[in-house]
Amino acid sequence: MSKDIRIRKGLDIKLVGEAEKVTVNATTSNVYAIKPDDFHGIIPKVIAKQGTEVKAGEPLFHSKSNENMLFPSPVSGEILEIVRGAKRKILAFKILADKEQQYADFGAKDVNAMDGDAIKAHLLASGCWPFIKQRPYDVIANPDATPKAIFISGYTTAPLEADNDYVLTGKENELQVAVTALSKLTKGNVHVSVGKNGNSPLAGLNNISVHRVSGPHPAGNVSVQIAKIDPINKGEVVWTISPQDLLIIGELLLTGKFNAERTIALAGSSVKTPKYYRTKIGAEVASVVYNSGVIDEGNIRVISGNVLTGENVKPDGHLGYYNSSITVIPEGDDYEFFGWNKPVFNKISPSRALTFSWLFPNKKYDLNTNTNGEHRAFVVTGNYESVFPLDIYPLQLLKACAVNDLDAMEQLGMYEVAPEDFALTEFICVSKQPHQQIIREGLDLMLKEIG
Amino acid sequence: MGLKDKLHKLKLKYKGKKMAPAFNAIHTFLYLPNETTHSGAHVRGADDLKRTMNTVIMALLPCLIFGMFNAGYQHHLAEGEIEAVANGFFSAGFWSIDNLVVGLWKVLPLVVISYGVGLGVEFLFAVIKGHEVEEGYLVTGMLVPLIVPIDTPLWMLAVAVIFGVVIGKEVFGGTGMNILNPALTIRAFLFFAYPTWMSGDKVWVHGAVERANEIAGGAQLDAISGETVLGSLAQGKEISYSVADMFLGFIPGSVGETSALLILLGGLFLIFTKIGSWRIMASAVLGALAMGLIFNGVVSAEWISEGSKFYSLMSTEFWHHLIIGGFAFGVVFMATDPVTASQTNKGKWIYGFLIGFISILIRVFNPAYPEGVMLAILLMNVFAPTIDHYVVQGNIKKRMKRLKLKTA
Repeated sequence: MSKDIRIRKGLDIKLVGEAEKVTVNATTSNVYAIKPDDFHGIIPKVIAKQGTEVKAGEPLFHSKSNENMLFPSPVSGEILEIVRGAKRKILAFKILADKEQQYADFGAKDVNAMDGDAIKAHLLASGCWPFIKQRPYDVIANPDATPKAIFISGYTTAPLEADNDYVLTGKENELQVAVTALSKLTKGNVHVSVGKNGNSPLAGLNNISVHRVSGPHPAGNVSVQIAKIDPINKGEVVWTISPQDLLIIGELLLTGKFNAERTIALAGSSVKTPKYYRTKIGAEVASVVYNSGVIDEGNIRVISGNVLTGENVKPDGHLGYYNSSITVIPEGDDYEFFGWNKPVFNKISPSRALTFSWLFPNKKYDLNTNTNGEHRAFVVTGNYESVFPLDIYPLQLLKACAVNDLDAMEQLGMYEVAPEDFALTEFICVSKQPHQQIIREGLDLMLKEIG
Repeated sequence: MGLKDKLHKLKLKYKGKKMAPAFNAIHTFLYLPNETTHSGAHVRGADDLKRTMNTVIMALLPCLIFGMFNAGYQHHLAEGEIEAVANGFFSAGFWSIDNLVVGLWKVLPLVVISYGVGLGVEFLFAVIKGHEVEEGYLVTGMLVPLIVPIDTPLWMLAVAVIFGVVIGKEVFGGTGMNILNPALTIRAFLFFAYPTWMSGDKVWVHGAVERANEIAGGAQLDAISGETVLGSLAQGKEISYSVADMFLGFIPGSVGETSALLILLGGLFLIFTKIGSWRIMASAVLGALAMGLIFNGVVSAEWISEGSKFYSLMSTEFWHHLIIGGFAFGVVFMATDPVTASQTNKGKWIYGFLIGFISILIRVFNPAYPEGVMLAILLMNVFAPTIDHYVVQGNIKKRMKRLKLKTA
């Protein structure tokens, strides 16, 4: 069962500083950090106290609500510090990495001989479970639920994001083992989407149904693909996982080692030589950023992830748990004389109000972090729809979230969306409203009230 | 660099103070602010509300300039000082300095009062309520002088602007929250509060009222008729203007509403820039044509006698309705106000169509004041949320049906 998905509505944000398809090993980080905030909604309970030695794959903490859900250390080493913030909230586990890495041995498995429960238990015990996320609510999957299907998006459309076709090349074995394992966790299919014109190694795997996707961003967002393949209804649960995380699960099943290695794209207009780096989850971003060199060091924003959904980690930050790119762009902390009415050639705009990006559809832009205007009430209508391919009224849903109207949120399709789906509407928003934050808070409220 | 740094220091000084919104309004007018993204997407598109509003103002400027020349032209024509122009749009008799001087003298005060009073109220509310000065009034303030008769007394305009901004907008929470179009609220206030001034045949041409008063005082002078095309039609009189005059705008009327040609260009500009909704404009034109055709049909079926007071408006050829009166201006610049219009794309079709339809209906059947677009838009402003409600319900039902199919 394979069908083509064609997305028309959307916007490709073309930016300067795309990563060159060359992979080099990053300088090894001394300190790795795991931030519990990366796992949205999880309250951590410490297992590995300060000063203890852990091996790669051994748990740092478990979820307060489910003590079987373990969160592993990406490297072996000593717990240097557990950074706490206000109200003793845990902000990060910092691990001083050993020179010689040691891996916890979870044992090589034959997935074909395992049933769903065994796989589930194995993934939980080895700390691979947090890679699996669920819709609705876009949080880590509840292991007690059975999803109606599992979705994997192998199509990359987000700006400057690591190209899955490139980073997955040659990893067919790991991918196959991982998707076979996942296929035993659901009664339905494992749906894998690949770019229509790409040559993704995912396309040739067994035990999956492949979908070929084309169109502008957000065609690569898994929500868009779910809506086209098998939309989520009230009461249904689907799981999603990103392709690079399949590699870690695959390697675990094949070798018994939790290897938190990632091939990430270092991109952005402030990077001198953008390219791919082989590093590990939680690594210091400085270990890759300064390898390539940055332009105008005092005026950069370092983002773990892409410019639409990533997190501002500062140059001394660490690679986030789910991110497969680091983007460095200039800060836009400056005034622009009559910037609101003069013709604009160097910024992207969906309109033609003396903005001329429509004349140059293939031009690559060097955008900074300026908001290009102040926060206002919602005024303009009809523009979000032009970049929002889901069959949902985005403005109405945002307003329902803003006023905490749970009924309206449910009716308008809140179960089908994740904050990342509102990144583009946020990008083009004339009123500069924080869409992703509004949706995240709405989802959290629903999770709390409806569950 | 000097100004930028000085303003930045002042901004920091005013931060958190009562006057901060007032200062920021001026500061952000000069400079795009130095604000950077905090949450969500790290980069943002180039458009902000100021740019959006500015685009509408650019589309309005030709109407304003034309309105100034036309004010002088109608004045001089009525006084018998010049001949009617016959050489089309670029007639030298129209674009003369004499005409412009009268226009500047009469129209600029309207603009100044509209912006001065309106922005004054906006600043006041922003300071009291501690929010930023929002840009909605930039367009409203330009619309208001264009939709009032040329001889509107300035004090009336000031009162109306205060009423419109406070009751039409600020009580709801400011730009983005209002139900009625503020510019039309101002216009409606003028119409209902000062009906003797705002209707009839004297207020549309500068000097007509003055002349009427002189005649009443015993002066031996010819009265000036400043009647609009619609006013003549409503009274069953022959209209003395050609279709070309009406399309180009060489007719009496509110300051900026007369030139259908320039409004059309403005509308195309708004559609091209994707600022104005083409759905509303297109469907409103369709609605007006439909109503016009119905009336023409009634006339040709002879259901109405020639003696009827509705006869001459009903028998007006259906497409002439698009170029006379304020219809074109209302549809292009006021019906498309995103805040008060329907917010869904399907809803915009219904909303626009009904505006066109009802405009012509009111225009024909309103004996007191033969113009319907203002009331039609205000009426549909009120119904826009209802239209949206049903459109959104359609989406909700689709989702429910999907669920039922699944569970059945």
